[in-house]
Amino acid sequence: MDDVRPNVHPILLSLVTYLPLAGVVAILLTRGSTQTVETAARWVALWTSGIVFALAVIMWAEFDPTRPGMQFEQQIGWASGAGISYHAGLDGISLMFVLLSAFLTPLSIIGGWRQVTGRVRDYMIAMLLLETTLIGLFSALDLVLFYVFYEATLLPASLMIGIWGGPRRVWASLQFFLFTFGGSLFMLLALLAMWNATGTTDIVALQHHGFGHAMQCWLLAGFIIAFGVKLPLFPLHAWLPDAYTEAPTPASVMLSGVLSKAGAYGLLRFGVLMFPDAARLFAPLVLTLGVIAVIYAAMIALAQTDMKRVIAYSSFSHMGVIAIGLFTLTPEGIDGAIFQMLSHGIVIAALFFCVSAVSWRTETREISAFSGVAHKMPVLATLAMLFVMANIGLPGTGAFVGEFLVMVGALHVSFWLAFLGGTSMILGAVYMLVLYRRVLFGADRGGVVALLRDLTGQELAVLVPLAVVTLWMGVHPGSFLRVFDPAVTGLLHPMATVATVEPHVVAPLTGAG
Amino acid sequence: MQTASFLFEVAVFAPLIGFLVAGCFGHLMGDGAARFTTIAFMTCAALAAIGVLGFEMGGGMNTVIVPVADWVHAAGFRADWQLRMDALSVSVVAMVTVVSLLVHVYSVGYMAHESRPVFRFFSYLSLFTFAMLMLVTSDNLLQLFFGWEGVGLASYLLIGYWYDRPSACAAAIKAFVVNRVADLFFLVGISLIFIRLGSVSYDDIFAALPAHVNDTFQLFGTHPLLEVIATLLFIGAMGKSAQLFLHTWLPDAMEGPTPVSALIHAATMVTAGIFLMVRMSPLVELAPVTRDLIVLIGGTTSFFAATVGLVQPDIKRTIAYSTCSQLGYMFVAVGVGAYQASMFHLTTHAFFKALLFLGAGCVIHAVHDEQDMFRMGGLWRKIPLTYIAMWIGSLALAGIFPFAGYWSKDAILEAAWMSGNGMGHYGWLMGCITAFLTALYSWRLIFLVFHGRPRDGHLYEGAHESPPSMMLPVVLLSFGAVVAGLALEPLYIGARHAAFWNGAIAGVPGQSVIDRLEQTPGFIALVPTFAAVLGIAVAYVCYVASPGIPGALARSLRPLYLFLLNKWYFDELYDVAIIRPYRALARLLWKGADEGVIEAIPEGLARLTSGSAGQAVRVQTGSIAVYAFSMLIGLVVLLSTMLFYR
Repeated sequence: MDDVRPNVHPILLSLVTYLPLAGVVAILLTRGSTQTVETAARWVALWTSGIVFALAVIMWAEFDPTRPGMQFEQQIGWASGAGISYHAGLDGISLMFVLLSAFLTPLSIIGGWRQVTGRVRDYMIAMLLLETTLIGLFSALDLVLFYVFYEATLLPASLMIGIWGGPRRVWASLQFFLFTFGGSLFMLLALLAMWNATGTTDIVALQHHGFGHAMQCWLLAGFIIAFGVKLPLFPLHAWLPDAYTEAPTPASVMLSGVLSKAGAYGLLRFGVLMFPDAARLFAPLVLTLGVIAVIYAAMIALAQTDMKRVIAYSSFSHMGVIAIGLFTLTPEGIDGAIFQMLSHGIVIAALFFCVSAVSWRTETREISAFSGVAHKMPVLATLAMLFVMANIGLPGTGAFVGEFLVMVGALHVSFWLAFLGGTSMILGAVYMLVLYRRVLFGADRGGVVALLRDLTGQELAVLVPLAVVTLWMGVHPGSFLRVFDPAVTGLLHPMATVATVEPHVVAPLTGAG
Repeated sequence: MQTASFLFEVAVFAPLIGFLVAGCFGHLMGDGAARFTTIAFMTCAALAAIGVLGFEMGGGMNTVIVPVADWVHAAGFRADWQLRMDALSVSVVAMVTVVSLLVHVYSVGYMAHESRPVFRFFSYLSLFTFAMLMLVTSDNLLQLFFGWEGVGLASYLLIGYWYDRPSACAAAIKAFVVNRVADLFFLVGISLIFIRLGSVSYDDIFAALPAHVNDTFQLFGTHPLLEVIATLLFIGAMGKSAQLFLHTWLPDAMEGPTPVSALIHAATMVTAGIFLMVRMSPLVELAPVTRDLIVLIGGTTSFFAATVGLVQPDIKRTIAYSTCSQLGYMFVAVGVGAYQASMFHLTTHAFFKALLFLGAGCVIHAVHDEQDMFRMGGLWRKIPLTYIAMWIGSLALAGIFPFAGYWSKDAILEAAWMSGNGMGHYGWLMGCITAFLTALYSWRLIFLVFHGRPRDGHLYEGAHESPPSMMLPVVLLSFGAVVAGLALEPLYIGARHAAFWNGAIAGVPGQSVIDRLEQTPGFIALVPTFAAVLGIAVAYVCYVASPGIPGALARSLRPLYLFLLNKWYFDELYDVAIIRPYRALARLLWKGADEGVIEAIPEGLARLTSGSAGQAVRVQTGSIAVYAFSMLIGLVVLLSTMLFYR
């Protein structure tokens, strides 16, 4: 096996994965009046997720991108006879998503600090559980383990929608659950088929196992349906507008910021990298669906009357860009897609928080109820402008780097793919600027707006870090790219579809960090 | 060289610091301090830029790359933050920082009556300048695009500065979105350059060009690769530089405060497209079809905008169309290969257009925010200094000897003639007609505003000269508008141009069109000046000698008048052809396809499982939504098949 490699911190990954569970236990053990328990739950959740984030940053610093293969690896026999084991570890790609989950969780906890008022204890528990499952699924190196964590994310996520959501929460939650669960069944089938064929579920082993062509196609189809629901791919998005809109804001953030990335991550890991031949065959279909998602969702976003729905459709539109990037099957496109996933996770989270800053104060999300909010909330207006610009891919923000690399990748495939995928630049600008204008610009007409006060300290504590990271990703993307770029080029190399890969696989990146 | 590089970095990054300090801490430190900070940093930048220019001109213009930081390294792609110091960037940086500094100073007086804090305004001005500086000093196309979009952002913020006015918000969005349409083409062009030429750095691109002259690209058939790239970049340039079809944002952009208009029209935004074309001149040289297209669009735009400028009642709108028209000239120069003349006109235009806008700002300030020229009149007695400044600006714009515009405009028209092909002659013809129209609308403005009897006694009585902070920049720019042409002519296009540009602009020394300007037939060289003088004379007849003529003309040629007044109906056309259908389609997709079909599927399934299958059949009742959706499915199938069998 691979465990001859030096391993810097043998238990660091496990600590990051399961510390939130310890937080859950601590919260459950708290006794006292409701007030005490709630305060304690909040603080325990915040501290736990804060420490997890700090540990994740340490992993990021310790990670050596030039070393091929997995790091922070952990393997424990589980059902060894059946070829199933507890196997976790990180490569450059998964590390980035662990970092994203660990970054957004504490922000979501702060974001729900005052906005969640009922059953605070349960809410914090759900949030911590979600963090464990997310980190678990991103670091899983065994397909069964991945499947278990993937399914496990559903429980806290749909509970959060169903209990703390808006008026139509139950239907939204049910839809979300059934869609994802239905999709996962296809993954389960694919999993069983793979296990049946190879006798193992170890992802690293499976990646080197050459499946037959027909087999690859069937397996990939299963994974595309499973992850296409989560991403979502057009037309599997029926659950999305309701779920994103009805969920409480911190849950929307986790759903669109991290959970949808789990779908994209799965598509990359199990689609593009594991079944390269089938991926090439399926690429035209997925690329087309991606282009349709980009344009279709961007157009619908313009017609919305609910602020949160605009953001929800915007998220859908940008996931189309990610799907395009992944299935260009070029290193630039995949690098761009991963970068876009990270930056989109940050930006969409920030936009949901911005919307909630206004809607929480006024208890409405109707765009027509607002005008001239910028007069009352100048700090919010400034930050929101930054995030709006980031969402439409202005250079200097992270989204641009991702979208540009995706465009380069897409142009390798076809001019029209790059062009039509790139229309998100225009259409995105239309709906985002129109939203910004309707809500924040304009004369102060009184009404609900008259009572607004600018951002509180808690809100700033959420939005300012997001703003800093957004700019950081745009100005110095090397901090992130250097981590996963070698992994992408390394994993893509066997495919040898693009000649430009070779020199950069040989020459490790230097000086980027 | 160390000193020059350092000064160059100061010139580029000082405005950024000014922006950050004033923008982040403006509400804490107050307006006065914020104003002072931005102006102080702009002064540093301008002095440093002039210093670099002096250094470079003393020691010969060599190309120096100043590395700043890493940027995007992914797979084979590489782009870094770097500053490129050559004749092209150094001269534009000096121009931009000086004009921007003057606009900053001017704004102190102009924005003095604002009821809300103005630190935001000053920080945006500095951001605008910084973005433009990043654009011109970039060493690769991606960093240029950063500046390009940064300019777009700053213009959006400044045009929409008075954000409680609906018209300002609409104009801001329009400017941003129209520019974005062009930017998409530009970005695809950059990607294409990377994919086919292997790099986005200028030197690498230019080095790779000779090997790819005969390459082709499949689009609507087989095209030469370099033509496709050049056309994509040109469409990008058309957006920023407001050329025909993508020009609609520029006249609306005057919804912003007047100093912003001066900045947009003179130094920081619209010139970006010209700059891009000149920067990529080695590539443009190899794309003859695109160059013809550039002349066609440029010549037509200059004519179109001048005709519209003839009838506008708004003082700023008249000048705005004049910018559009002058940019057309610059594109004509690019198209015929006279890049030096294009840069020359860009520089002189920056001086006199900034002067005209700031002068117009003084007029507007004097008559308390009135912009309708038909309510002014006789103002020269009240604001004589502004009056003189507007005369100087107009003389320079119309190209009367020896003012700045004379040198650069004549150079462009001579180059158009001397290029010797049909398209060049088209550019020359359009340019001469436009020269006449330019003089006509410029003196129409002067006569309407400053001469005749006051049409609104109240406005006239209240008129007063502007404060010194506004007049000082106007006086300095007037000086520039007088001497810039004479002073810069030998360097930009005259005897010393080869040494001055020193390879920053494409062209074989001694063989390019710019070297043949001297051989222009005397008669041809005189036509533009005659046209301009004729324009002034006609304006005098129509607006001073017998003021009844324009009204009578407008009545007798009413359709033509309305056609011009409504700017050839471009806005209406776009509204009907694009904006409304888009809105309608957006609604249809939402209500019809998304809520009607896609979200109905899970609901239908839910009903199906609960036993009432009959309900689900509703999906097949043939509503429009279903048709729309099946069309969409059809599109998927079609596009997939296309991509499969390509």
